[in-house]
Amino acid sequence: MKIGMTKLFGLLAACVPALAAAAGGSNIHLDEHKTDLHDKASLQRGAQTYMNYCMGCHSLEHSRYNRVAKDLDIPEKLMLENLVFSDQKIGELMTNAMRPEDGKTWFGATPPDLTLVARVRRPDWLYTYLRSFYEDPSRPWGVNNVVFKDVGMPHVLADLQGRQVKGTAQVAVAYDTLTGQEITEEKDGVLYIAEEGTLSAAEYDRLVFDLVNFLTYVAEPIAVERERLGWWVLLFLAIFFVPVYMLNKEFWRDVK
Amino acid sequence: MSKQQNTLMGWIDDRLPVTQTYEKHMSKYYAPKNFNFWYFFGVISMLMLVNQILTGIWLTMNFTPSAEAAFASVEYIMRDVEWGWLIRYMHSTGATFFFIAVYLHMMRALLYGSYQKPRELIWIFGMLIYLLLMAEAFMGYVLPWGQMSYWGAQVIISLFGAIPVIGEDLTTWIRGDFLISGATLNRFFALHVIALPLVIVALVVLHLLALHEVGSNNPDGVDIKKHKDENGKPLDGIPFHPYYTVHDMVGIVVFLMVFCTVMFFFPEGNGFMLEYPNFEPANGLKTPEHIAPVWYFGAFYTILRAVPDKLLGVIAMGAAIAILFVLPWLDKSPVRSWRYKGMFSKILLPVFGIVFLILTWLGTQPASGMFLGLFSNGTVAVVSTIFYFVFFLTMPIWTRMEKTKPVPERVTGGH
Repeated sequence: MKIGMTKLFGLLAACVPALAAAAGGSNIHLDEHKTDLHDKASLQRGAQTYMNYCMGCHSLEHSRYNRVAKDLDIPEKLMLENLVFSDQKIGELMTNAMRPEDGKTWFGATPPDLTLVARVRRPDWLYTYLRSFYEDPSRPWGVNNVVFKDVGMPHVLADLQGRQVKGTAQVAVAYDTLTGQEITEEKDGVLYIAEEGTLSAAEYDRLVFDLVNFLTYVAEPIAVERERLGWWVLLFLAIFFVPVYMLNKEFWRDVK
Repeated sequence: MSKQQNTLMGWIDDRLPVTQTYEKHMSKYYAPKNFNFWYFFGVISMLMLVNQILTGIWLTMNFTPSAEAAFASVEYIMRDVEWGWLIRYMHSTGATFFFIAVYLHMMRALLYGSYQKPRELIWIFGMLIYLLLMAEAFMGYVLPWGQMSYWGAQVIISLFGAIPVIGEDLTTWIRGDFLISGATLNRFFALHVIALPLVIVALVVLHLLALHEVGSNNPDGVDIKKHKDENGKPLDGIPFHPYYTVHDMVGIVVFLMVFCTVMFFFPEGNGFMLEYPNFEPANGLKTPEHIAPVWYFGAFYTILRAVPDKLLGVIAMGAAIAILFVLPWLDKSPVRSWRYKGMFSKILLPVFGIVFLILTWLGTQPASGMFLGLFSNGTVAVVSTIFYFVFFLTMPIWTRMEKTKPVPERVTGGH
């Protein structure tokens, strides 16, 4: 009989593209976040930003301090001294002191736990969201968001980013092929910085990138190890395939 | 039967038919020698069943079946339990691959007429396994207690509410509450880890006993027992062990490569295996934008949605599954394999496969979308649903009408 190995692999693989198209999604353009979980420095900076700016309201209740310290190569002592702003112990879950009912009173909705937010919203969404706050005096906190309309959260990183407004501005639409200069066009409904913050635009993007990188890590801390192990398992199966294939061939030689 | 005297095995055999059973089902079970690619999926289904049971046992060791703690306990497994993440991904990826294997296994039966006389009972046991597997998968998906667990359960259970008179009371009875709650989660846990697996395993045993009683079909659909040698062994048959054990190993290793590629590198299956909203804890006050069942229920969900009336939709969905049970009596063809069936079968069987894939795909998509940018999903769903039923309901006609080819005496395409 025929084994049809390529056929077997082909058909099984054909089942996978059925899973390959993205499910759902809104119409708002999202900037791509080129997640890099191997960049420990980026993850450390992201953790630092998170603990300083986000942790007060948003817990990471499924994650433990010592796991983050270990995975991000942060010595436990440094972690406790610089990134744990409570009297919690290193092995504890990363909870905060905000009472849910207080959060609801202050912001209209309890600030959600963010351990898994990168798996729910996806990194691209978070990366765009955190860079899409703009001034809107009609909102309780004076800001609105392009990606998350009428969000209850204030723009916590406003000091860093500066005052971003939505309005009419000159936007680069193309580059002059001869001079290399930008060709700009006046467009409505774009976001621009009306007043510089403590960071430049590039520095702010970098900060948000690191923050989202950290959130992606914390949503699935095993991701890097999972892929590393995956290659070894596949290598084992590839080698194991040889004797299995030969054994089968040997047995079937006398079947006519 | 070779009986060993004065040995430990002989002693046991006098009291329990171990050798006899082993010979009946393995070393002296004669299987046709012309099995092809499609014949791997029975053993692969079995492999996935074992995978689900073993990983499931280890998951229960750390899972907490309560509305308050279920979600966090899954994350505890993913983060704090040694190798918990691997066990969980083996289980979640295993569910998808179990269904892929079962669907291909069923398609094989369709192509080669493996349900025809005298294998009707094998098919019925198989259908019962499939039916319970759907219940098993549905209840398992509720356990992590994420948003899709909750709202998926809400949608599916509310379908029973369409039944006249008793509908509403029935849904309350299933949920154990007036809405999906911890009571529902608890009973689904009990059913998912004990009741259904027990029955599924028992049915798999019956499925195999019935198979080994009449013998395996093959791609030619010929009866290998018609031609036997002087010892009464089928000329076209070979002992299952060692020939098919070593042979299946090849298929299993290749299958595991695909399985492990998905599990280690795409454990969310791009949102089709672990849906993104399910990483958010269940919240009865917040309905997700788009509630879709997991992909393996897609076809039947599409049929449900294709019918505008709720009760009729539920009936259509039930009928779509029920009609599969009577397949052995719908096929009136004198031959088993589509190799020797006529033009209708050669066209309609592959088309049916494609239509089932389309129905499955549509089940994961919003009803308002477009299919290939040409037709609305709703239109394609209705057309596909009609084809699904027409295919089965007219089968007695076209299988009788079409001109079949002569079936060879012996199997072809042997090794």
